[in-house]
Amino acid sequence: MAVHVQEGLFDLQIIAQKLKKLHNSGASVTFEGYVRDFDLSQDKLDMLELEHYPGMTEKALLDIELLASQRWNLDDIYIVHRYGKLKVGEPIVGIIVFSKHRKEAFEACHFIIDFLKTDAPFWKKEITNQKSYWVEAKKLDDEEKNKWN
Amino acid sequence: MRVKLFYFAKVREALGVDREEIDLASSIQTVADLVGFLKSRGSAWHTAFNELSSIRMAVNQQIVEDDHAIRANDEVAFFPPITGG
Repeated sequence: MAVHVQEGLFDLQIIAQKLKKLHNSGASVTFEGYVRDFDLSQDKLDMLELEHYPGMTEKALLDIELLASQRWNLDDIYIVHRYGKLKVGEPIVGIIVFSKHRKEAFEACHFIIDFLKTDAPFWKKEITNQKSYWVEAKKLDDEEKNKWN
Repeated sequence: MRVKLFYFAKVREALGVDREEIDLASSIQTVADLVGFLKSRGSAWHTAFNELSSIRMAVNQQIVEDDHAIRANDEVAFFPPITGG
């Protein structure tokens, strides 16, 4: 299990290929989230700035990996999340789950992104050519997480 | 007792401070007591903690409710709901 919190870009395909060699898994599921090119008020989004809580972020992500590994039989979990200034189209978050069977990998990956959305201390600020503002948390994110209870 | 305070994102901007270390009076026992004290610092503080009703709190990097007891050398953080991923 690993978590990486970093400013720089990552290439999830390359990471997945490397990790695959370490495990005799029957399946892997990857999730990758990107910076969208529109904001809620439909101004053109130039950039996203992500703030986080160093120390707590890593702890929260490890806790989520632990929860997932207690719930499903998994071979490995990898989470990478960026902070700082991110351009439109760039990746923000990547998750890879390895398991013997597809069902566990699909479910665990879905679970991890749902928990990450509400439990990992990151805050997005959208920067358009007009202004910048903090993104409001969505009630839907809490609902998605609570479905796993 | 001495504690470290951290403020993030919208909360940090509203208060104009990102971290500080302070000595708490013995009457401050819980996170709610601490919020009460911070509100008394002036209108910016009062407004920020009142308006940001959805403020989240963490003690030693674990999210807690406001009845959580504070101990010496704790790291207490205030921040808005999370919007990562």
